[in-house]
Amino acid sequence: MNKSKQKRDLLFLTVVLAAVLAVTIAMDMALPSYHIAIKVVKKATVYALVAVSMNLLNGFTGLFSLGQAGFMLLGAFSYGVLTIPVDKRPGVYQYFDGGAIKFSLPEVFAGVFGDTLGSVIGMLAALLVGGILAALMAWLIGLPVLRLKSDYLAIATLGFAEILRAFFQWNALGPITNGSNLLKSYPDFTYATAYVILAGALIALIVLLINSTYGRAFKAIRDDEVAAEAMGINLARHKRMAFIISSFFAGIGGGMLAMYNGTIAAASFKSTMTYEILLIVVIGGIGSISGSVIASFLYIISSEWLLRGLDSGEFLGVKAPGLFKNGFRMAVFSVIIMVIVLFFRKGLMGDKELPDLLRLGKRRKEAAPK
Amino acid sequence: MGQILPYVINGVSVGGQYALIAIGYTLVYGILRLINFAHGDVFMVAGLVMVYATASMPFYLALPLVLLVTVLLGFTIERVAYKPLRTAPRMSLMISAIGVSYLIQNLAFYITGGIPQPVTNPIPWISENVSLLGASTKRVTLVTPVLTILLVAALVYLIQHTRIGMAMRAAARDFETAQLMGVKINSVISMTFVIGSFLAGVGSMLYFTSYPSVAITSGGMPGLKAFVAAVFGGIGSIPGAVVGAFVIGLCEELIKGLGYTTFSDAFTFALLIVVLCVKPTGLFGEKVTDKV
Amino acid sequence: MKKLFAMLLTLALVLSLAACGGGSGASGGSADSSSGSGSGDAQPSGGSGSNPVVKIGVFEPQTGDNGPGGKQEILGMQYANYVQPTVDIGGTTYDVQLEIVDNRTTPENGPSAAAELMNRDVSVVLGSYGSGVSSAGGSVFQEAGVPAIGVTCTNPQVTSDCDVYFRICFTDPFQGPALASYAYNGLGVTTAYTLAMLGSDYDQGLVYYFKEAFEKLGGTVISEEFPEGSSNFVSYINNAKSAGAGVIFAPVSTNYAQLIIEAAGAQGFEGSLLGSDTWDNNKVAESTVGKDVSVEVTTFYQEGGNEEFDAGIKEWMNANSDALTNNGGNDMVSAVTAMGYDAYFTALEALKAAGSTDAGAVLAALPSVSYEGVCGLIEFDGIGDAKRDQAYIKRANTETGAWDFVKVQGVE
Repeated sequence: MNKSKQKRDLLFLTVVLAAVLAVTIAMDMALPSYHIAIKVVKKATVYALVAVSMNLLNGFTGLFSLGQAGFMLLGAFSYGVLTIPVDKRPGVYQYFDGGAIKFSLPEVFAGVFGDTLGSVIGMLAALLVGGILAALMAWLIGLPVLRLKSDYLAIATLGFAEILRAFFQWNALGPITNGSNLLKSYPDFTYATAYVILAGALIALIVLLINSTYGRAFKAIRDDEVAAEAMGINLARHKRMAFIISSFFAGIGGGMLAMYNGTIAAASFKSTMTYEILLIVVIGGIGSISGSVIASFLYIISSEWLLRGLDSGEFLGVKAPGLFKNGFRMAVFSVIIMVIVLFFRKGLMGDKELPDLLRLGKRRKEAAPK
Repeated sequence: MGQILPYVINGVSVGGQYALIAIGYTLVYGILRLINFAHGDVFMVAGLVMVYATASMPFYLALPLVLLVTVLLGFTIERVAYKPLRTAPRMSLMISAIGVSYLIQNLAFYITGGIPQPVTNPIPWISENVSLLGASTKRVTLVTPVLTILLVAALVYLIQHTRIGMAMRAAARDFETAQLMGVKINSVISMTFVIGSFLAGVGSMLYFTSYPSVAITSGGMPGLKAFVAAVFGGIGSIPGAVVGAFVIGLCEELIKGLGYTTFSDAFTFALLIVVLCVKPTGLFGEKVTDKV
Repeated sequence: MKKLFAMLLTLALVLSLAACGGGSGASGGSADSSSGSGSGDAQPSGGSGSNPVVKIGVFEPQTGDNGPGGKQEILGMQYANYVQPTVDIGGTTYDVQLEIVDNRTTPENGPSAAAELMNRDVSVVLGSYGSGVSSAGGSVFQEAGVPAIGVTCTNPQVTSDCDVYFRICFTDPFQGPALASYAYNGLGVTTAYTLAMLGSDYDQGLVYYFKEAFEKLGGTVISEEFPEGSSNFVSYINNAKSAGAGVIFAPVSTNYAQLIIEAAGAQGFEGSLLGSDTWDNNKVAESTVGKDVSVEVTTFYQEGGNEEFDAGIKEWMNANSDALTNNGGNDMVSAVTAMGYDAYFTALEALKAAGSTDAGAVLAALPSVSYEGVCGLIEFDGIGDAKRDQAYIKRANTETGAWDFVKVQGVE
């Protein structure tokens, strides 16, 4: 790839990102914060981040891990536990005497930097803590688990996520995790723009990583482990690194999901959530960052908003309460997913990125004479 | 003794249920090297079909119908979702399995309206209460392990002493060589799915005789645990899966009996991770080496 | 060609699945009359024509663990809408339209379902059945400034932490101790065994208050939890037996309630099974038939409490097969249905008092609403909770599969 092409790609990406940002800002200005469009954009950005983090592991490094929900759980709880305002704690921890932790990061920072800035710093710090905890946990379980091969790794990580969930619901840890009860009343960013900027910046970090030497090593491992090792790539080290980094971003994603939801319950971080994210990655194309992002938006927007009619009797003006009843939306989705898995195995984007689309026409012409 | 007896009886029964599902996992894994994530859902569908069938027809028709539908479902899943991906990377196959599981659950959700379906006509005789050494239990609790052992004995005979059994063993040993030797690999694989689904169907009928309702998530947990049992026993090995299932069933109930109810599920997964790390081949599994 | 064949097989798979469900469509599928149909098919023909419309949001689970309960609650509202399809607000007659959105039981689906309701521009929201999802939706309602009337969500946090949330049922800090009083004083039991689902805030909350009160009375409590998705409760029943418990208190959702009853019956547990308001469901009562168990629950309403309401809703349900299916197949009136009915009329009272369909005006009018419903007088305290100090205790009749009234229980 020569310089001018790189430049053009960069320009193209910048234009797309600026357009997305402008649309989000416009939406924030025009619509109230409880509008479903805002909610959907927030959720979709969170899913985009998590899907990209999963893609980093499954698509770029070839490690089939199904522990995503577990790492998100860690991130979500760290965020909740660290940001609930002190005066709300007795209410939230109603069965645990107000809980064991008696401070709240946004309030601590607000004391130093002033209310608005301090709160934002506190919230970001709490997200960061969640990411770091998830990364630490990934390091810990990676020690034994990463030695396993494909499907054993998948099932071991899945099992790990389930164990983690049981621990977080354990009453003995209640003063910190609130046991089976909801964590809530913590702060949220009102504007969808904040979500877009935050998730966008984190995804950009992942893209930078993928385009670095480490990223190339990851791809080499994915394509052929034995060959990669022969080329002098330290398998164990790079696998561990990919696992830890992916978990770090999944942790932050979990924290942001908590922020969006307004409540945290360990019960929602089930293996179904991991499957859902995996399927988003598949729809977008395994090995394509922009694919994961686009698929997240498509999936969330249609499932949470546009296709709701499929569940409630009327869709696109067609009234058929017998057909369009509860669950039809998800049934349609799963059929689409199976069609993609079986017939369009590359998903929306394959392993291409957005800028590649620009060159697609050209490449076809080049390929034709062969 | 009287104290732990009820837990042991219950554990053996639960183990029997897991065993019937675990065999399906282990057979498929032995040949395709695929964790058939949809297997637990096949189990659940069998339960749903039983609910609907027993409500509308007599038992001598309903029960064979359940088995027939279950077997057909297993067969169809393989043909539609796994066969086209035979040359694809293993990750695609696994994603397809997860996709099928997702599809079955969502379709079942749509059909049932997302509401657990009550088992209104449990199979007579085995759903009656009996008293054993002072502990009261349902007859199915005692029937399950016995039936499991009988079916496994039949299956082992099939695999050791019939042509199709030999073909299955050959395919499990070396997929490509078996093909070269004239084994019809597709029919062998289909047979594997048919047997696995049949046993899951039987397991399902026993399972949902004990429990009064079928929820769309009913297949998930038993499925995962049966898979753990298969890994524990050494995946690919039928006796291993059965032993593993009984061990897990017993441990689970004893843990509940000891008062650690919060961790009865987590224990199963902890066991899985420990086994995978310490002895990935399980109790009876063969060592598999990667070919370069 | 191959692809075509595979596609056809996929289709066959889908159809075969659909067919086995269709086999007995009556118990399988349930066509939900969702959004808008509340006014569509439920209205008597003569009533309306060109009246302006006021929308009442219904934020209820139709799927998931609480799906059966949520559907019964919606039935109450739909019946109320059938009885009283219009309301006079500030001198104008409005048609009331129910906007039903499924919140799928779990908190993570709450915000988008609530936002969807806000999108439909409702004046007031009814629901939900459970507390977790109510809390999750509450923050959205608060942002939008739309008042919500909780129907059977009993966790104190729902209203105490949300200015726009009101509720017409009693709360856990009342229900738990009421049950404890009943167990200790009424049944004369000194050892209780509690069973709650891991990850369910409702279960855990009630157990907490029950335990606190029961121990204060002088009893002993053994508490255990089961993981979500459990179906084998035999060992738990054995644990209760070996602990010498005279009563098992398990405030779980209806599906688990049936499993627990089944296991208790099979294991020959001799004490009582105590349930909370969730157990007040005809499926639960029916599952006791022919078993040697004693099942008692606290609830908001007892069938027979208001003859006119009972007769009316039974007639309505029997004329409407969907409603009958949603009620679990027969015309037994659940307390949650009566509560749904009361919630609807409370909302109408608030709309009348507000004199406007504006959500803000309704919010301002709600605290002073006073309405005599079929489940008793509804008035709100400072937090937004209904002032209630009585619960009905019912016992499942193991011969008829119906609920028998036992007594009215307060906290002693």
